[in-house]
Amino acid sequence: MLKVERIQVFYDAIQALKGLSFTVAQGEIVTLLGANGAGKSTTLKTISGLLQPRGGQIELDGKPLAGSAPHEIVRLGVAHVPEGRRIFPRLTVLENLKIGAYTRHGAAIGDDIERVFALFPRLKERARQSAGTLSGGEQQMLAIGRGLMACPRLLLLDEPSMGLAPILVEQIFAIILQINREGVTILLVEQNAAMALAVCHRGYVLETGTIILEGKASELAGNDRVRQAYLGG
Amino acid sequence: MALSLDIFLQVLMDGIVLGFMYALIALGYTMVYGVLEFINFAHSEIFVLGAFVGVEILLALESSGTLAALNPAFVVLMIILAGMIVSGLAAVALERTAYRPLRGAPRLVPLISAIGASFFLQDFIRLVESVWHNSFYLSYPTLSLLDRSVRLGAMVEVPFKSILVIATALAMLAGLYLFVNKTRLGTAIRAVAQDPDAAALMGIPVNRIISLTFFVGGAMGGVAGVLFGLHYSLVNPYTGFVPGLKAFTAAVLGGIGNIPGAVLGGLVLGLMEAFAASYLGILTDGAFGAEYKDVFAFVILILILIFRPKGLLGEKVREEGV
Ligand SMILES: Nc1ncnc2c1ncn2[C@@H]1O[C@H](COP(=O)(O)OP(=O)(O)OP(=O)(O)O)[C@@H](O)[C@H]1O
Ligand SMILES: [Mg+2]
Repeated sequence: MLKVERIQVFYDAIQALKGLSFTVAQGEIVTLLGANGAGKSTTLKTISGLLQPRGGQIELDGKPLAGSAPHEIVRLGVAHVPEGRRIFPRLTVLENLKIGAYTRHGAAIGDDIERVFALFPRLKERARQSAGTLSGGEQQMLAIGRGLMACPRLLLLDEPSMGLAPILVEQIFAIILQINREGVTILLVEQNAAMALAVCHRGYVLETGTIILEGKASELAGNDRVRQAYLGG
Repeated sequence: MALSLDIFLQVLMDGIVLGFMYALIALGYTMVYGVLEFINFAHSEIFVLGAFVGVEILLALESSGTLAALNPAFVVLMIILAGMIVSGLAAVALERTAYRPLRGAPRLVPLISAIGASFFLQDFIRLVESVWHNSFYLSYPTLSLLDRSVRLGAMVEVPFKSILVIATALAMLAGLYLFVNKTRLGTAIRAVAQDPDAAALMGIPVNRIISLTFFVGGAMGGVAGVLFGLHYSLVNPYTGFVPGLKAFTAAVLGGIGNIPGAVLGGLVLGLMEAFAASYLGILTDGAFGAEYKDVFAFVILILILIFRPKGLLGEKVREEGV
């Protein structure tokens, strides 16, 4: 479904991605692991069009994405839940969800809002409140709910468990499994490697802008290097 | 006699009219600041353009002899609409040519471009009008309808002109409120103002929303220009400077980037100015006359900003992502 080929991405003169390649097949959950600053968020931003690669290319369903603007990529069925929530603080919770469905029209939007409320009842209670007044964890739920509102075929999640209480982390990963079962392909970036490896099918390990390791979830979980660096020994 | 109620009410009315005029212009500054964090200093010329569109249509109707035959209410509505559309489109073109190519440049660069665009537009209007009419000082033909007035009680006489300004401004503000707060496009404008990258990730075409914002802000300025012409009659290419500066001040006073703030700031400034003009002389026994009204208004402004640096309704304009 998604094929990333030798992409090179720069911030001015700093090269953040040094010829990165990986694939995500239809229906998979694939995780990207890596230390702080390895280039995980940069990878997602490049897929969603916020950054343009200087070299290499990205294909979605066999078609190159080169030069497409972020809003066009959303229309192709790719939703990106960015790192740090990035909800619209002065829109209400409900407005945030509606704007998540900006590319869609019709009555199904109302049903999907109810679906998000069913996943996150907290959001329903606070539907008319401005999103900036939510707690950090609630904002994270809103960011994920907003991403789902686009009805994506491919969902890019950047640290969805960040700042959440352990019970909520479990809940978020349960939701990730559930939406994957409903047919959504997922590319997951996580600091919580144990959880990520528990839900994903395959994974890649990034280090300073390149892939150093790849494999099935079980293989990675059994790999000494991964265990030492990301699973706490 | 000096502080009689009828004078007070008259001054109040003048202040409200002026205030709504400033409010309409201020919206253009504040909306553009909201999405781009940049002051469009050429907005005062977008306002003047509206005034010239109005006067040109009226002069054309007058010289063809149709002005007297047409329903004056229809004529007024038509020139307001024309001013809106032309100013709105001009603002969009301005953004495309003078600002968009400079996106991402250091902040001072588009600002200088805006000042350049402002001079350009002033002299462009001057050139066109000079060629066309041999003069760039034009005055609105009188519309008999607007020269009438209504009495409110025994005290105040309200000219139709003032009613027109207030009613039109209220209608525009109500329309803008509904548009920005209740429609999908309006929500998109607010989303882009709060976080353009996140807005793009929602599938919002950010550049098109920025164009739309310039159109709406420019259209408000155009309406203000037509109303200004209808109310004060005389216009020239440089007419926009002072009202533009005051409206910008109003936007800052209300909290730049904040739409209700622009309206509040406009009204506060208009009222302060009207009352200062009428009462400074009386209250200071002639030591300060009406000519000090702007000084007085700006002193109040400075005081408000010392105690509320973000403006009356201001808040942090854009939250940074973590
Ligand atoms: N806007 C930017 N300007 C300059 N350099 C940047 C910018 N954003 C990221 N970088 C650099 O690019 C590299 C990769 O950053 P990225 O955000 O992709 O890391 P990450 O893997 O997501 O890290 P984390 O786990 O901390 O979120 C880092 O060295 C970072 O300093
Ligand atoms: Mg990151």
